[in-house]
Amino acid sequence: MTWDWQFAIEIFPDIASAIWLVIGVTFGAYLVSLTFGLILTFLRRSSFKPLAFLTYWFIEFVRSTPPLVQLFFVYFALPAIGITLNKYLAGILTLGIHYATYVSEVYRSGIDAVPKGQWEASRAMNFTKIHTWFRVILPQAIPPVIPMLGNYLLVLFKETPILMAIGVGEFLQEAQLIGAANFRYLEPITIVGLLFLLLSYPSAILINKLEKRSKLGYSANKKQKGMSVVGTDGEAVKQSAGG
Amino acid sequence: MDTYKEIIPLILPGLTITLKVLVASVALAISVAFVAGLARLSRFALVRKITAVYVELFRGTSLLVQLFWIFFALPAFGIQFSPFLASVVALGLNYGAYGSEVVRSAILAIPNGQTEASIALNMTRWQRMRLVILPQALRIMLPGFGNNAIELLKGTSLVSLITLTDLTYKGLIIQNNNLSYTFPVFVVLLLFYFIIALPLIFGVRKLEKNASRGVAKA
Amino acid sequence: MSLGLMEKQLNNQQVADQEQALVKYENVKKQFGDNEVLKGLNLAIQPGEKVALIGPSGSGKTTIIRMLMTLEKPTSGVITIGGEPLWHKKVGEKLVPADEKHLRRLRTDIGMVFQHFNLFPHMTILRNVTEAPIHVLGLSKEEATERAVDMLNKVGLGDKLDAYPEQLSGGQKQRVAIARAVVMRPKVMLFDEVTSALDPELVGEVLQVIKDLAEETDMAMILVTHEMDFARDVADRVVFLHNGQIEEQGKPSEILENPKSERLQSFLSRFLA
Repeated sequence: MTWDWQFAIEIFPDIASAIWLVIGVTFGAYLVSLTFGLILTFLRRSSFKPLAFLTYWFIEFVRSTPPLVQLFFVYFALPAIGITLNKYLAGILTLGIHYATYVSEVYRSGIDAVPKGQWEASRAMNFTKIHTWFRVILPQAIPPVIPMLGNYLLVLFKETPILMAIGVGEFLQEAQLIGAANFRYLEPITIVGLLFLLLSYPSAILINKLEKRSKLGYSANKKQKGMSVVGTDGEAVKQSAGG
Repeated sequence: MDTYKEIIPLILPGLTITLKVLVASVALAISVAFVAGLARLSRFALVRKITAVYVELFRGTSLLVQLFWIFFALPAFGIQFSPFLASVVALGLNYGAYGSEVVRSAILAIPNGQTEASIALNMTRWQRMRLVILPQALRIMLPGFGNNAIELLKGTSLVSLITLTDLTYKGLIIQNNNLSYTFPVFVVLLLFYFIIALPLIFGVRKLEKNASRGVAKA
Repeated sequence: MSLGLMEKQLNNQQVADQEQALVKYENVKKQFGDNEVLKGLNLAIQPGEKVALIGPSGSGKTTIIRMLMTLEKPTSGVITIGGEPLWHKKVGEKLVPADEKHLRRLRTDIGMVFQHFNLFPHMTILRNVTEAPIHVLGLSKEEATERAVDMLNKVGLGDKLDAYPEQLSGGQKQRVAIARAVVMRPKVMLFDEVTSALDPELVGEVLQVIKDLAEETDMAMILVTHEMDFARDVADRVVFLHNGQIEEQGKPSEILENPKSERLQSFLSRFLA
């Protein structure tokens, strides 16, 4: 038994049709990990020591236990204590929280890389804590780690097949159903592999480009956008900080 | 508490399988990582290219898809692995690909002066690698390997989806047989995985501290 | 130096302990681990007075101003500004550790220029200078911009408003940092070895800006410096520190030309050589 082109072409649309579901779940989980990751970062730096300690071990625990088992826990076990989620939400939250622990490490590395002098200057300028965080520290801490953050979008994307274990109809689940119905697994599973390559390879190249760009300075950003900054132009400044 | 006492002995046989899969795949992954990592730095463009394709193939797709492909699709070519062997091959090749990047970047992190000095001492290529570069690069690699081992441990839970009776599979069976166990079963499972991971976590932390010792600075 | 300041200078020792001092250190000690950097400092600075702190590295001079900027907490002793304790709050008759609110209120009177500039790299020059006036002083954007442009013109960087810090030379960066601190109109400005990180040919432009500033404003200044000629030109008083204590202080002419203590003599001889 070898590769059957006819069969492959026939089933391709069925498998590929899961693409919007996969993209939706990936971005949903990514959003959760970006925001929850930032919250974890703050909690870990809390001056209230028990909270910082608890957060540290929460991160270690979630990071070193399998997302598949966490998924079962969220989907099957949480209803026992009154938290019932549908399979999509369970999938998004599980993956999102799992990778939030990685993302929080990324934020931390970015924050640690901001020179101490920036904190001191903010103090000398008499900024509030919130102003210091959101206008001075984070705008410097996050741009250099954007490629690393982008990388986790890809990692998340590649992790979505585990959701088949709770019956989410992503690529692999579709392929598995087709395979079982036809007793032919080679074509459907190969197609899933190709879809992953097709979607993740260009994104990886994009992230690589981002990485090279993020090594350039702030003024390079401004030039690339061809902005002319006049006065304390809030908009223009926001753009350059976000770029 | 009694429920937990009942569950643990039921789950223990799964632990043996999980540990067996873990040890065998880590061994395979490390071997693959070194071979592929060195091959990516080979003098021969063809060797570099072929290795790069392997690495990108395995890093660009999902571990679960690879596992399914090896278990369900390979038989189409007359290669039928047992669930255990399929698991070890998939985990070993997947994390071998990630590990090869650890090997490669660690070797590249050794300052050029070290190579130049060994050339000045008239060492052969292999001597340079074996006596000067690798011993230093190894320290840099170790934390990376440790982190990959934790990732691999997490990956072993996927083998339950191809019917290998590991921890996760055992847990699912117990849960299926007695739905009132649902909550404690998954708590026990998570704790088991965490306990296996703990020595790795502490090991990595220690290795990270030692990583920079005895390595030439640029 | 104006005549008024001369008089003030002469009276300095007598008035030092009186309430009119702008900044006062009372028996201030600072320890880093086992290392006692300041051993019971007593120092008073009058409104408008320019004081240069000199001394070998490790003598504690930078720590003195970092404590005033609230970057470093004294181990013991009291620092007051405008008669109010900086690191402590009066609750009834008792002094309790200050909270952030208290620190923020008192910091309004203090500005600082750092050795390594510490400009915000993600903001344009103009925004570096307007950020605090807008968000801390609550000025309108127009007001803040006007104030900033005015000041940037004064330090000779009126044409660099839209540039980013990385596009400037060290000397230019430091001039921006000075403008950034001055627009806040503090009562006392702290300068922490502001030329130490600069290439020698860029030192002059920065010192000139500070000299002009010293002549034009009635802000008090505390300058930690290794530039003796500069100290002579700008300061009303020079304080020589050694091993965490004031070894000698007085008018620049006395201190720099007729040093009494042996330590000061040997310290100065290194600069004359």
